[in-house]
Amino acid sequence: MNFYVRLALGLAAVLGAGIAFTFEYPPITVEQRGYRGLAIEQNHTDKGLATLAANNVVPAAADPQEPSGIKSSKAYENVKVLGDLDSNEFLRLMTSITEWVAPQEGCTYCHSEENLADDTKYTKIVARRMLQMTAHINATWQPHVAQTGVTCYTCHRGRGVPANVWSAEPPQAGPTFAGNRAGQNAPSSIAANASLPHNIFMSYLDKAVDIKVQGTQALPAGNRNTIMGAEHTYGLMMHFSNALGVNCTYCHNSRAFANWSQSSPQRVTAWHGIRMARDLNTAYMEPLASVFPDNRKGPMGDVKKVNCATCHQGAYKPLLGVSMLKDYPELGPGGPIKATP
Amino acid sequence: MAMLSFEQKYRVRGGTLLGGDLFDFWVGPFYVGFFGVTTIFFSLIGTLLIVYGAAIGPTWNLWQISIAPPDLKYGLGIAPMREGGLWQAITVCALGAFFSWALRQAEISRKLGMGLHIPVAYSFAVFAYFSLVVIRPVLLGAWGHGFPYGILSHLDWVSNVGYQYLHFHYNPAHMIAITFFFTNALALAMHGSLVLSALNPKAGEVVKGAEHENTFFRDIVGYSIGTLGIHRLGLFLALSAAFWSAVCIIISGPFWTRGWPEWWTWWLDLPIWR
Repeated sequence: MNFYVRLALGLAAVLGAGIAFTFEYPPITVEQRGYRGLAIEQNHTDKGLATLAANNVVPAAADPQEPSGIKSSKAYENVKVLGDLDSNEFLRLMTSITEWVAPQEGCTYCHSEENLADDTKYTKIVARRMLQMTAHINATWQPHVAQTGVTCYTCHRGRGVPANVWSAEPPQAGPTFAGNRAGQNAPSSIAANASLPHNIFMSYLDKAVDIKVQGTQALPAGNRNTIMGAEHTYGLMMHFSNALGVNCTYCHNSRAFANWSQSSPQRVTAWHGIRMARDLNTAYMEPLASVFPDNRKGPMGDVKKVNCATCHQGAYKPLLGVSMLKDYPELGPGGPIKATP
Repeated sequence: MAMLSFEQKYRVRGGTLLGGDLFDFWVGPFYVGFFGVTTIFFSLIGTLLIVYGAAIGPTWNLWQISIAPPDLKYGLGIAPMREGGLWQAITVCALGAFFSWALRQAEISRKLGMGLHIPVAYSFAVFAYFSLVVIRPVLLGAWGHGFPYGILSHLDWVSNVGYQYLHFHYNPAHMIAITFFFTNALALAMHGSLVLSALNPKAGEVVKGAEHENTFFRDIVGYSIGTLGIHRLGLFLALSAAFWSAVCIIISGPFWTRGWPEWWTWWLDLPIWR
C-alpha cells in the first residue's frame, strides 16, 4: 500500500469511529399507532424514555388544609381574583405557587417584603392575570387540555419565566441582498434543527394565518397557496413535533396530510391547541405589555408568548398526562377565580 | 428463437454449482438448471399467495391490493395467516426466488467461464430488499417493520417511515444514495451519447472508435476514463446507489429514532466553531 492509500484509510477509520458516536443504538422501543404495515409509529430509545420520565416528575401536592370558614378577601387585604377562596386554602395555594414558580426567590418574587398586600411588583400583577388564564384554560379549553387541565407548574417548572417562550424575531443583521436568509436557510431549533422557516409563531400562534396549504385534488384546481407557504407550515409542524417529542405520524397519515378522516384523533386535540395558543397570546400575554419591564420582553419590545413547547416541554402530554388539577380544584372549572378583578 | 450456428458450442453440460446434472439442460433459449427450477417454484408460490391475499382482502383494484406485514406485537414470531402470516410466507418466497436467480446467474457465468460481476451486481438489489424486510425488522425486533406488498400501500409505508424522522432529506446515507443515483444517470447519459455519437457519423464518414471517444473527453474536460474504465465507474455508481439506499433505511430506526435534522447537531456542536 502506498502512503496515500494508508493515509486515506487512516482518515476513514478515524472519521468512521467518530461518526459511530453520533448515532443511537438498539434496542429501540416502537409504538404502533396505525394499521399494520402503515408505518404510523413512534420510536424511542431506553435512554430517551428515561430522560422523558425524569423531566416530567410531578411535584407532591401540598397537604390539604382544614377550611377556616373565612374567605381570603375577609382575612387579607387587596385579594382581587382569589377573594372567594377559603383563607386556609388560599395560603396553601400561595405556598404551592411559590414552589412551582419561584422556589429560590420565595414570596418576595411577587410580594413586597414590607407589605404583602402591596401591588408594587409587576410580577404580582402578572401572577394575578396568569391565575385567570389558568382558570380560563381549564374551563374553556377542555377540547385541548381535557380533564387533566393545567396548573402554574405545567409551564413554570420552578422557573419565574417558563423555559420555552417566544417573541418577535428581529430582522436579519448584516447583508440582506446576497446573504438574505429569508427567515430560514440555517438550522433552527424552532424547526427541529432543519433549515426550514423559523419565523413562524407570529403568523400562526398570534395572528391566525391559515396553516392549510395542501390542495384537495390531485391536479391543481384553484389552490393559490405557495411553496413558501408550505415551507412555513412545515416549519410550524417541526415545532409541534419538537415540542411534543413525537414524529409527523402522531397526528397525520402522511399519504394525505390534510385529510381528517385519515388522521389520528390527536390531530383534533392539536387543532384546538393552536386556537388555544392564539387565544392565550392575544387575550392574556399581549395585554400585559404595559406591565412587563423591558428586560422581560423580546428584542423587538413585545412580551414573551406561549407556543406548544411552553406547556409540553418535549412530552406528548405535559407531565405525561398526570393531572395536578385534582389536588388544586380551585384552579379548575367552576373554581373561585374571578375573570375580572 | 433461432439459435446462431456457433451458439451450440457454448451450451455445454456440467460445471453446475451443486455438482451433478439435475435440470442441467436448456429449454428453447433458456438455461433451466437447478436454480431455475427453484426460481420458478418460489415465484409461482409467492405470486399465488399474493393472489390468495387479494382474494381474501377487501378489493380487486390492482392499485389497492395490499398484503400487509403483521402487527408489531407478534415481534419476530410467526403471525396468523390472515394477520400478516401471509406476508411472512410471501417474503420467504420472494427471498427464495431472488437468491435462486442470483445463483442461476452465477451458474451460467461459471459455465461460460466468465467473471461473477453480474450475480454480484444483482446481489446489491437483493441486499436492498433483504435490508427492508429482514435486517431492519430484526434490528427493530418485529417483522411488522417490513413494507406492505401493494402498489399504493408500499408508497404509503415509504412516506410514513420518512416522516417518522421529520425530514428524510437530512438522512446522511439518503443524501449519499441520491447523489449516487444522479451521478449514475449522468455517467450513463454521457457514456450512451458518446458511444452513439462515435457510431453514428454523418453519411459518408467512417464509423469512429475508442480513440475518437477518448479524444473527445480529453478535449472537453482534459481526461477520459477509457472504454473499460467507464464500465467500472458505471458499476461502482450503480452499486453504491443501491448500497447506500439500503444503509439509509437500516439506520432509520435502529440507529436513529428522532428527526434526521437533529442528527446533524453533532456537526453544529463541533468544538471548533460552536
